[in-house]
This record gives sequence, C-alpha cells and structure tokens, in this order.
Amino acid sequence: MMREQLNQWDFVLMAYGVGVVALAMLIAWAWRSMARAEARRDAVRRR
Amino acid sequence: MHIYANPTRFLSLARWLTPLLFWSGLALSVGAVAWGLFMVPPDRLMGDTVRILFIHVPAAWLGMGGWAGIAISSAMLLIWKHPLAALAARAIAVPGMVFCAICLATGSIWGRPTWGTWWEWDGRLTSMLVLLFLYAGYIALTEAAEKEGSSTKIAAIFGMVGAVNVPIINRSVVWWNSLHQPPSITAGKSAIEATFLVPLLIAVVGFSLLFGAIVLMRMRALIAQAQVEARLRRRALDDDAPAMAAATPAMEQA
Repeated sequence: MMREQLNQWDFVLMAYGVGVVALAMLIAWAWRSMARAEARRDAVRRR
Repeated sequence: MHIYANPTRFLSLARWLTPLLFWSGLALSVGAVAWGLFMVPPDRLMGDTVRILFIHVPAAWLGMGGWAGIAISSAMLLIWKHPLAALAARAIAVPGMVFCAICLATGSIWGRPTWGTWWEWDGRLTSMLVLLFLYAGYIALTEAAEKEGSSTKIAAIFGMVGAVNVPIINRSVVWWNSLHQPPSITAGKSAIEATFLVPLLIAVVGFSLLFGAIVLMRMRALIAQAQVEARLRRRALDDDAPAMAAATPAMEQA
C-alpha cells in the first residue's frame, strides 16, 4: 500500500505562520487606527 | 454597565485597561505557544500536529465568543439603548472575523496530515464557514449604516439572529458525527491529558486577553471618530448661525 510521507513540522510551521501574520496585522491595524483617530480628535479640540 | 454609558468615563477605564490586557495577553499567548511548540511531547495518534491545537482552539473559541459578544451588545442596544453597545458590537466584528478565519485556516492545515484532506463538508467545518460569512455580512451592514447614516438597529437584529449559529457550531460534532472529533472539553471533565490541557487553557486565556485589548483599541478609535464628527458638525452649525441671523431680517423685509 502506498502511503504519503508528510513532514508534520511543515504543517505546524505553516499553521503558526498564518496565525501569527494574521494576528500581527490585526493588532497593527487596530493600534494604528486608534492612534490616528485619537490624534485627530486632539487636533480638532485644539483648533 | 450603565455607568459606562458615558464615553468619558468609559475612556478613562479603557486607557489603562488596553495596555494591561495587551501586554498580559501577549505574554501568556507567547508563553503558551512556546510551551506547546517546544515542551509538549508529540501525541500518540496526532504526532507533532497536536501543536497546531494551541492556536486553533483559542481561535475557534474567540471566533464563536466574538459573535456571542456581538449578540449581547446588540441585545443591550435594542433593549436598553446603551449608547456604547453599537460601538462595542462594531468593534468586535473585525477581530472576531480574523480569529474565525485563523481557526478555519489552521484547522485546514491540521486536517491535511491528520485526515488526509484540506477540507471536508463536515458539520463543524461548514457551520464555522457560515460564521465567517455572517461576520462579513455584519461588517458590510454596519459600514453601510455608518456611511449612509441609517439606523444601527438592522445590524443589531442581524447580530442577534446570527447567534443561532453559535450553539449549532458547538453541538455540530454531536449531531453530525463525521471527521471532526467530538467535544474534548465539557463542563467539569476533559478527555485531554493534563500535559496538553494546561498550556491549552493558558493559550485560551492569553488570546482572550489579547482579543479584549484589540476590541478596546477599536472602541477607542470609533469613539474618537464620533467625537471628531460631532465637534465638526457643531462648529459648522456655529459658523452658519451669524449668517442665518443676518439673512433673516432681509428675508422678513422682502
């Protein structure tokens, strides 16, 4: 019987790669949009 | 909860809670993932792919938990008209969708070496995919309501109706026994060995704290945007007032 030989660590690293990149992008976007919105609010208040 | 209906009071709490949740969540998540990747032994049946569960399970929990949060916030908006409830639901939507997508992607990657397939139209996988589409629909609805200035009630009703999918996801492995394994952790007992369970629970707590920090960041951004719009609108009205007052006698004479 033919059986595929898969390196399980390749899949582990792929899963963590996808998860970490997605999470890093989400955090960066959330932080940046918060910092920009609060800076704009402070600028409008000062005007 | 009504104490925090005042945005100023809410912001004073959110300002110190955001970094606290973020850094504690990051430390716990990184610690639990490192524990799962390098210290846990390979599973007897799953081998090294068991390590994927330390990101897959928290993502699944937060994908479902996110929608539960949207449903609770929507109920608070419809029943008590809590002013921050609509903002909270909007703030949860994108992080919830990202965690739902991470759950589907990591589950698919886990499935290839374990089940021999990237995807199966199994009850759990399909209902989780439906949840991803529900998130997309909810985000589209709230964006449209924001742009066109229409009521937030439609999105709130959608948020509450969509919550019916959460118990379906939870019970799917019992109702349609297919490739996905039955629940491993139920109230009061666990089929998972303590070696795997402890880092898994730490990962769930860590990612939940991170999720909370991201939701607070989104809420702070949405509140700041609303405050800018309100101030600019008020200023425009103030600028128009003298012109209107000058025009009124002339109009009366005419």
